[in-house]
Amino acid sequence: MMNSTAAAFVLAAILPATAFAECVEVTQGNVTVSAAWSRATIGTERPAVFYVTVRNDGSEERLMGIETPVADVPMLHETVVENGAARMSYVEQIVIAPIDAVSLEPGGYHGMLMDLQTELVEGTTFPVTLLFEKSGPVTIDTAVLPLRAREAACEEAL
Amino acid sequence: MVAAVGFMLAVGAWRSGDLPWQQQVTETVGTRGANLGTMSWQLTSHKGEPVSPQSWIGQTSLVFFGFTWCPDVCPMTLLNISDWLEELGPDADGLAVHLVSVDPERDTPEVLADYLSNFDPRISGLTGAPDEVAKAADDFNATYRRVPRDDGDYTVDHTAGVMVFGPDGRLSSIIDLHDDPKFAVPKIRRAMEREV
Repeated sequence: MMNSTAAAFVLAAILPATAFAECVEVTQGNVTVSAAWSRATIGTERPAVFYVTVRNDGSEERLMGIETPVADVPMLHETVVENGAARMSYVEQIVIAPIDAVSLEPGGYHGMLMDLQTELVEGTTFPVTLLFEKSGPVTIDTAVLPLRAREAACEEAL
Repeated sequence: MVAAVGFMLAVGAWRSGDLPWQQQVTETVGTRGANLGTMSWQLTSHKGEPVSPQSWIGQTSLVFFGFTWCPDVCPMTLLNISDWLEELGPDADGLAVHLVSVDPERDTPEVLADYLSNFDPRISGLTGAPDEVAKAADDFNATYRRVPRDDGDYTVDHTAGVMVFGPDGRLSSIIDLHDDPKFAVPKIRRAMEREV
């Protein structure tokens, strides 16, 4: 009896940690890329989205673009709300200040994956290559989460 | 060429809000009271049923403009609304929630139904003939603009806030995309308290 109660406590303590695995992290040069995720798509006609966190441990770095085999036209975008109206504008580059981190996240910077080659299916992953000015190309496995996801399903070790 | 440059400059000024008459537009957003009782549009729901603004009077309504090809803002707005409905619990039963598509060309009732099946079932999708959608946007003081892309495809810029109407049919408040989430549900509750 005592044992099973103790076991329940141990389980309760372990569960949150196992439910959220640590994010896949790729380090190259001064940049560390982690928490890459996207939303499942309905078919291939609609554009998909790409979110990720970039940490920069060196001098100023720039994300110049993204590439992925799942989309013919991947682009960096930013959602801008002006006078109550939202538009998504193309951004040529995203500057990451020295010893800083930038998150591509809902409502702000994001990757826009247009002309999809394949439907993004929940539970799968696909590679995205981030093109950095100084650190070069960095490829990370991107988790496809449900259409209803609003954040990465992993704990960032930042 | 000169005309094209002039046009780009005008667009630039428009975007930065530098034009003198634009200040007025900015000030009137959200203050010129939209009223369901005086609107005249007719749209079709994702279930294929005709919908008119007068049918919402008597209940609190949330209305927002978007489209199903929009990968960032629209899913986020749908998720936010789902959260508010959950927080309201049984009080949300009297609410009507409507997404008005700014992309009627692609968002047919069937397409809306397919897309919305991924979100809270209480969220209804509205679409219709392009001129009816334009009339609805005008009635709600909402804006949208089709933006062509280089590859021949297009996207649509649109008003992003969620408009909250009381049972009296009058605009009560707008919940902006980047508002602190803790103010959203109180704004909806305030609208609910309005008398018909």
